[in-house]
Amino acid sequence: MATSDSSPVRLLYDVRVRAVLYQVVAVALVVGIGFYLFSTVSRKLADQNIATGFAYLSRPAGFVISQSFISYDSGDTYGRAILVGLLNTVWVSAFAVIISTVLGLIVGIARLSRNPILSTLALLYVEALRNVPLLLYLFLWYALIVAVFPPVREAWQILPEVFLSNGGLIVPSLRWSSAHTGVLAAVALGIVLACLVASAFRRKRVATGRSRMAWPYVLAALVVPALLALLVFQPDLVVNWPEKGRFRITGGVQVTPEFTALLVGLALSASAGIAEIVRAGILSVGRGQWEAARSVGLHDRQTMRLVVLPQALRVIIPPLTSSYLSTFKNSSLAIAIGYPDLVMVSNTTMNQTGQAIEGIAIFMLVYLGMSIAISMLMNWYNARVALVER
Amino acid sequence: MTDTAQLNTLASVPDERPTRPASSWYALFKPYIGSPFNAVVTFACLWLIYRLVTGAWGWLVTRAIVEGGPQTCKAAAGAGACWPFLAAKLRFMIFGFYPYDEHWRPAIAVLLFLGAMIYSMIPRFWSRRLLWLWLAVVVICGVLMYGGVFGLSVVNTTNWGGLPLSFMLSSVGLAFGFILGVLLALARSSKLPAIQVIAVVFIEMIRGVPLVSILFMASVMLPLFMPDGVTIDKLLRAQVAIIIFAGAYIAETVRGGLQAVPKGQHEAAASLGLGYWLSMRKIVLPQALKIVIPPLVNIFIGFFQDTTLVTIIGLLDFLDTVRSAMRDPVWQGIAVLEGYIFAALVYAVFSYGMGSYSRFIERRLKTDHSHGRH
Repeated sequence: MATSDSSPVRLLYDVRVRAVLYQVVAVALVVGIGFYLFSTVSRKLADQNIATGFAYLSRPAGFVISQSFISYDSGDTYGRAILVGLLNTVWVSAFAVIISTVLGLIVGIARLSRNPILSTLALLYVEALRNVPLLLYLFLWYALIVAVFPPVREAWQILPEVFLSNGGLIVPSLRWSSAHTGVLAAVALGIVLACLVASAFRRKRVATGRSRMAWPYVLAALVVPALLALLVFQPDLVVNWPEKGRFRITGGVQVTPEFTALLVGLALSASAGIAEIVRAGILSVGRGQWEAARSVGLHDRQTMRLVVLPQALRVIIPPLTSSYLSTFKNSSLAIAIGYPDLVMVSNTTMNQTGQAIEGIAIFMLVYLGMSIAISMLMNWYNARVALVER
Repeated sequence: MTDTAQLNTLASVPDERPTRPASSWYALFKPYIGSPFNAVVTFACLWLIYRLVTGAWGWLVTRAIVEGGPQTCKAAAGAGACWPFLAAKLRFMIFGFYPYDEHWRPAIAVLLFLGAMIYSMIPRFWSRRLLWLWLAVVVICGVLMYGGVFGLSVVNTTNWGGLPLSFMLSSVGLAFGFILGVLLALARSSKLPAIQVIAVVFIEMIRGVPLVSILFMASVMLPLFMPDGVTIDKLLRAQVAIIIFAGAYIAETVRGGLQAVPKGQHEAAASLGLGYWLSMRKIVLPQALKIVIPPLVNIFIGFFQDTTLVTIIGLLDFLDTVRSAMRDPVWQGIAVLEGYIFAALVYAVFSYGMGSYSRFIERRLKTDHSHGRH
């Protein structure tokens, strides 16, 4: 054996040599393909006289976006237009995630009901949503909104100063200023403070075994920052009332039918998945856990809150994460019904500038980054609720 | 947790508290009106069902327009469903812009495809012969659709559309996606770090972005990647995008199966002298794939529905032909919902069928497994 070790043919049969060889070949292949693609693309772009690089982001966009949460007009830059699209994506997905979680929890529990009528209805709900493509539902909701609601000229006035038409829902809005932002930040701070105080009380109770009245402190932590902020900033209340003209309604804030259709479609289809996740989670907690909790004297509500839900959450969180992620990614279907999300704005940008590669690179990186961020956040939460083995 | 109160009342938790002496009437109605809350739930549900059924029945049947044309439907102003629209547009919805006189060709292709599908879903027929069957079916379907031989006129892929296109995109996408997925899964669980990293990066990149963006990339960027003079068909580009996307998702599922195969199986294969590929093909993969059949079927259902997204890049799949039919000037604004409801039914029938099959196969594999343990 020792004599033939040096022969190159023998060497090829060595597992370690082969391992290195395979990896070198794989890397060379990937690098080679990458280089080939890069060189072809740059040659073709040069041939077609298409500029490369991201300089176009600072040029004026020149198109209108029907819905934006930051001030935007057609004179603003492409960069700002894409930011508007991104915010629209985040906005609609965040809403859809919240609604679908609540709906999914309710339907998932209803699926487990001892009442056969309720559990059958919940099953029908889940099946009806899971067996039809989301895109079809989006078109259907959009068509329903446009078909069922009257044109803008004959808008229904459902409440004083609230108009509903196939142009969307229009409600009065507050003229926003930095003072309002300050108050909002204070309210958020109050919520965080209240949570901290509540958990401090809980820790103390667990440590000492004595329970003290916590709610006045929690309430104070919740309310005081907001009140202080109101005194300091003194925001003025100027309401922007909608006014009905001959052809359109001006003023107020508009919830567009595109947004509504997308939100309803995303939230409903995600809720069906979450319902199944919740159901599986609760079923995964063994019957013995209920019996054990009863035998130590917990009543039903305590059993659910202290024994069953914490264990069910361990099973629920990982699939819930992927459900949230797919809701976020599915919001890109917005382009089909004309909601100006990241993909749609990028698409318009690409059509105007011809810089397709940069446009696609931007929105792919954004989606990738957000996906990684969401899954890291949920992994952190999962690690907190995960089973700690001895 | 506001829902905990409901949880207690609703969840099917073993309840062993002493109950009232059972009378047969009480036992019969207990699930429905056992407690005041439950009674309210029952009546609310019954009311909801009543409203849904009467509403749907009225729209679909009693108030529906059965005979006539666009004018009759327009006069009814959307009070009921407009069935003449479906009757007039049915063939267009199913076959798209395929030449009208040649519709029998895609029809036979679809029937052949569905027949082969049902045949290969029956466990009794699972064998190597299926591969040959599918090869034959694919060739025959391709010849039927494209033509050019046996006196069949050539029909370009730009005229393909409707249900055959949807079936083709999803089945070809899943078949090749499956091969890609298994290879990626093997690469990701490989011991060679470079190969593992390449697989991880590829899979996570694809899974981190929406299918829409990959379709866009395929339709916009793929032509730039090709050497001069080489153009790829639009249909093929979308197909490549679907294969890549499906591959990444299938890879993650298959990896789960690979992890579930005990280490002893790898070691036993190695001790028999089997090399990597042989031990994977003969020992590990058969076990791993068997475990992941149910989740794979769920992925298949998802991708069958996801092929609808190709309408965004302008391919005429089933959903798109339905929408084109509704945009026909003669019918525009008259039948706004009927087409969607028809399409939803078609998708629901196929998805529900595959879903039931998934549950059936799950039960069957479970019993197989427990027998194997004895």
